[in-house]
Amino acid sequence: MRTYRLPQEETPLLDALGQYRRNRIVPFDVPGHKQGRGNAELAHFLGRECLAVDVNSMKPLDNLGHPTSVIKRAQQLAADAFGAEHAFFIVNGTTAAVQAMILYACKSGEKIIMPRNVHTSAINALVLSGATPVYVNPGVDRRLGIALGMSVSDIRRAMDEHPDAKAVFVNNPTYYGICSDLKAIVALAHSRNMLVLADEAHGTHFSFGGALPDSAISCGADMAAVSMHKTGGSLTQSSLLLTSGSINAGYVRQILSLTQTTSASYLLLSSLDISRRNLALHGSAIFERVTDIAEYARAEVNKIGGLYAYGRELINGATVFDFDITKLSVFTRDIGLAGIEVYDILRDEYGIQTEFGDLGNLLAIISVGDSDQNIERLISSLSEVKRRYMRDRAGMFDHDYISPIVELTPKKAFYSDKRSVPTKASDGMICGEFVMCYPPGIPILAPGERITAEIIDYIRYAKDKGCLVTGTEDITTQHIKVVGGND
Amino acid sequence: MELWFTEQHTPDVRFSIRVGRQLFSAKSKFQAIDIFESDEFGRFLTLDGVMMLTEKDEFIYHDMIVHVPMATNPDIKNVMVIGAGDGGTIRELVRYPSIERIDMIEIDEAVVTACREYLPQTTCSLDDKRVRIHYEDGLKFVRSRHSAYDLIIVDSTDPFGPGEGLFTKEFYGNCYKALTGDGILVNQHESPYYEEDARAMCQAHHRIRDFFDICRVYQAHIPTYPSGHWLFGFASKKYDPVRDLDAERWRSLGLKTRYYNTDIHKGSFALPTYVLEKLNA
Repeated sequence: MRTYRLPQEETPLLDALGQYRRNRIVPFDVPGHKQGRGNAELAHFLGRECLAVDVNSMKPLDNLGHPTSVIKRAQQLAADAFGAEHAFFIVNGTTAAVQAMILYACKSGEKIIMPRNVHTSAINALVLSGATPVYVNPGVDRRLGIALGMSVSDIRRAMDEHPDAKAVFVNNPTYYGICSDLKAIVALAHSRNMLVLADEAHGTHFSFGGALPDSAISCGADMAAVSMHKTGGSLTQSSLLLTSGSINAGYVRQILSLTQTTSASYLLLSSLDISRRNLALHGSAIFERVTDIAEYARAEVNKIGGLYAYGRELINGATVFDFDITKLSVFTRDIGLAGIEVYDILRDEYGIQTEFGDLGNLLAIISVGDSDQNIERLISSLSEVKRRYMRDRAGMFDHDYISPIVELTPKKAFYSDKRSVPTKASDGMICGEFVMCYPPGIPILAPGERITAEIIDYIRYAKDKGCLVTGTEDITTQHIKVVGGND
Repeated sequence: MELWFTEQHTPDVRFSIRVGRQLFSAKSKFQAIDIFESDEFGRFLTLDGVMMLTEKDEFIYHDMIVHVPMATNPDIKNVMVIGAGDGGTIRELVRYPSIERIDMIEIDEAVVTACREYLPQTTCSLDDKRVRIHYEDGLKFVRSRHSAYDLIIVDSTDPFGPGEGLFTKEFYGNCYKALTGDGILVNQHESPYYEEDARAMCQAHHRIRDFFDICRVYQAHIPTYPSGHWLFGFASKKYDPVRDLDAERWRSLGLKTRYYNTDIHKGSFALPTYVLEKLNA
């Protein structure tokens, strides 16, 4: 059991909202629905209790952009719970936290070392900041067709080649649950005066579980973007940015104000406060149960035959330094089905919504909200999908990660003169926009990267299999914007 | 003072029984278990406040869920029963000497324990040597069985709560796999009358129909269930319950029943038009 400096039973924001409601304040401020009275339909749908605390910042409720009272205290409690020096509540999604980290670390033209299998929000931040990415090719598991973590030796080489880089950006973990050797990366980076920024969108629970990978902050990372809403139980879009003692908190606040709303939702903020208390007080018990469920499901899925639910056996000391066993990732290609096909069958025929399917894998998120019965449904449905749909795997696309050829920085490419060409005729051109399957939201192409025949083939195949291909101006992805010339 | 048990059959309809006393009340890992005693219906069992059985009318349900498939194929030897913690279905099954094995899969041991103490009328045959009780999730149990059973009876609660997994497509598909080539699946099939029950009925019917060539529905009158009009599903890879009924053979077994007879068997498959319309929609 972890011990905390502060009394984690406290919920200063929740208490302040309760007080606000009890005081029966008469609102002559925004929002105009006035505690729900002005929008009966919405109040009926979301509940009057909920709308009564959908309020704007005011003295007793503090202000997210300039916290001095209850938000300040709630953030201190969150920092304490996660073992960080400072915590910033985020209401614009973890995207805002990721962007703040990069905008903090790199000014225009400065370099940042990162794996290419980052979430699109990180590359978007490069468009905003003008930072230059130095991509480290992540390891690739050829059989599973997934990108892994970065090996320390590859990072060292990148640092040797780019000693002026300002920061290293690390997924902790990847969407699939794979971690790099963060402690070694931190030691290496700090010895060269580089910051370590961790995208911990899928690792909120790392701070609270015994059998889980180490959290970024505990490894000494300087900043970590933590999606409380993903596995921490708070409302969608609420998130945390954690920083260590090396970071200037006041400057972080200014950076955050560049992109974050000035009308922060108290529904989101209070959900962070309540979830933080729950995690601090009950997190270890919760994630012990989540781990048990996930390990059980993994074993049962592997008994079906043909489906491979992978786990800690992937650990290789380098590109897979650790594995998050709460993720239920299942390799589906051996039953002749793309992960996205299994994802679609589960939803359309069995009423089961999983997190995402890519060309070879299906990912189910296991969390505090899962029951034993629902896990049985998932396992039994997978067993049925295999029994009913298994086919020969001939003709299946077998590489999911394609190393990028970077020609221009994302910002330069994004703001260049561009023209639209048919995607199938874009071989050899430089891409001016993003192309990705969403989820997982990891770009297939980022602005500034050379388009290849292999990539065009990949996009066509992903669309054929039913992936939602996003990012391009043309919503159908029939056309793509390339650098050079005007429309 | 008057004590009444009330069940909400719909948000606007209630069904009440005057209770003499409450015999048992507990919350298990899965549900609230209560047993009451009443003048009108004798002892009765509720789970999460929903009527499961009364001593007075349970014979109707148990006759119909067991004797219809058994009369259709009297050569059934291996039976799986899912749910059935009160033991009533097992009691009827063990009357057939030809049955060699009965696997009963009940998720909640606490139901069986409570029923053994307070409802001996239904639990009386649970110790028959052909019966094996497995306390686990039915969906899980059926998943690992292949061509192993001649009959699967789904004696479940409603599809809202612990029984939900037993109304799913994955469950019916796994049942299909667990049955032999001439296997039969019988399930409690909810009621056609009230909207929410009727929706569950249609959904179950459509899901079963996706797997089984023969898929029929039959009915019985059960006074303490919502609307009193209750349905059962009969699905099979081979047997038609009406065409293949050998009434003479069943009668020769000499089983005494209070609701079931071979005429009711045939007649129960004749459904009201509005029910047929809902099922075929």
